[in-house]
Amino acid sequence: MATRAIATGEIRGADKARSFVRKLRSGDEAAHIATLTCAAAILLTTGLLVFELYKSSALTRHEFGWAFLWQRVWDPVSGDFGALPFLFGTVVTSLVSLAIAVPLGLGAAIFLAELAPPRISDALTFVIELLAAVPSVIYGLLGVFVLVPIMRDTVNPALEKALGFLPLFGGPSYGVGVLTASVVLAVMILPFIVSVSRESLLSVPRDQREAALALGATRWEATWKVVVPYAKLGIIGSVFLALARALGETMAVTMVIGNDPKIASSLLAPGYSIAAVIANEFTEATSDLHLSALIELGLVLFALTVVINGVARLMILGATRRGSAQ
Amino acid sequence: MILRKITNAVMFMLTGLCALATISVLFFILGYLVYYGARSLNWAFLTQLPKPAGEAGGGMANAIAGTAKLLLLTALMGVPIGFVAGVYLSEYGRGAFAFAVRYAADLLNGVPSIVIGIFAYALAVVPLGHFSAFAGGVALSIMVIPITIRTTEQFLRAVPQSLREGALALGASKSRTIATVVIPAAMRGILTGTILAVARVAGETAPLLFTAFSNTYWSHGWLEPIASLPVMIFNYAISPYDDWHRQAWAAGLVLLALMLAANIAARMILSPKAGRA
Repeated sequence: MATRAIATGEIRGADKARSFVRKLRSGDEAAHIATLTCAAAILLTTGLLVFELYKSSALTRHEFGWAFLWQRVWDPVSGDFGALPFLFGTVVTSLVSLAIAVPLGLGAAIFLAELAPPRISDALTFVIELLAAVPSVIYGLLGVFVLVPIMRDTVNPALEKALGFLPLFGGPSYGVGVLTASVVLAVMILPFIVSVSRESLLSVPRDQREAALALGATRWEATWKVVVPYAKLGIIGSVFLALARALGETMAVTMVIGNDPKIASSLLAPGYSIAAVIANEFTEATSDLHLSALIELGLVLFALTVVINGVARLMILGATRRGSAQ
Repeated sequence: MILRKITNAVMFMLTGLCALATISVLFFILGYLVYYGARSLNWAFLTQLPKPAGEAGGGMANAIAGTAKLLLLTALMGVPIGFVAGVYLSEYGRGAFAFAVRYAADLLNGVPSIVIGIFAYALAVVPLGHFSAFAGGVALSIMVIPITIRTTEQFLRAVPQSLREGALALGASKSRTIATVVIPAAMRGILTGTILAVARVAGETAPLLFTAFSNTYWSHGWLEPIASLPVMIFNYAISPYDDWHRQAWAAGLVLLALMLAANIAARMILSPKAGRA
């Protein structure tokens, strides 16, 4: 009984092998394997990325443990490394940039989805999406030479005069600083908010609008009380997507944030961000510990963006019922 | 009722202002770059090597060639891998493995560019022992792959199933069907996506800082550090020299012009009608 089973198994195996060779000759199986290899390479690359970051930061992980995350001192000379000033700068610039970009972006998206005629809306959306194609170093260039003088001479003094009693807007202003970086970031993430929000607003079924209008709502009421809540998930998703971008943004922030690893209460003061410190110090890191600390910062940034991106994708998936990972 | 009508008008006006503000940012950017960049853009800028720090004149010929070289490497390494993997996902991809690949590509797409730089450093700089054009190409390839996969899969999926069935019914094998029917049908879209993907990484600075590094001279072969436009803009913009600032503007103008040209060209390839609108 057993031998027979083995025998048929062998025959089946031989058949399989023969048909495999035939397919290989016709190119079918070869094409399958070749494309499969490339797909597997992506998987491998991503896995390797996580592994490399984890492995290369072993030194600081052993030296400081979790305390690395809330240690305030960053002093490469004495070998003290703490991530808190950078985490603080990264999170604060991102949140402030959201505070600027979300109202503006949502407003623009509502205009494009609800008010503008489709042809004009498409053309304007194309222009806004071009903003996303502008390289970040060019935002940095404009930030350094255009925005920094404006902030130093006009905006910051005005803010200090009007709101200087709040610690948020107190202290001296150099032009470079957390607020300037947030403004640049806000402009950079606007296109993401506008185009994804517009898409979710457009995917709201027509009868929702018509029902509201039929009940006597004005167009604005129909938009604000029916259409926007309906598209809520997609809009929040776009905000998270923008947040992930803002967290990881490097060049523009490096050029205007002031690069000072201090935690200041004022938005006008210089700060530092995770991405910026990696960009500035990576090639100049002299000790292995310094390099490992920078790589661990990279790992923290990676984890942060993966989580936020994941949340964003889930929400957009839920909102439009079609996402990348079906 | 009047109050509600006023609210209606005012709120919609505000949204219009938001849209206007957003769009005007692009024109501000363009305006500033043309205003400052065009003044410093001259023949020397395009043909000469950088002068030593503090000395006036010179150009960025090596950085322009460097960006071209890095993009060539990206087009040779990253784009084919992404394209073929995209074909797999669209034509063969089923089940858990395909899901994992899609998920990995999405993950990779969201990784901050500076982290990609660290990864490429570990992958291509540490083993070689020095910065190189090759390492820069690796970094840009890792960035371009997820975008290429996404667009390839998207456009291949949009090809009607009946085309595939027609080819199969005529006796073509699956691989032949894909190569001679499906891919040509989606070629226009894939080409557009590829142009956009390469254009996007052309402006990346962060992943090049510690892979390709920079170079004040010509870079020979593929294993020397190499200058690129984005890194040059960064270095020149944060330098204390006025002449370098001017050149940073000029380089910014060149880079942005490349970017806009690629975007508009891509849009015209995709839909000749929409390009005119």
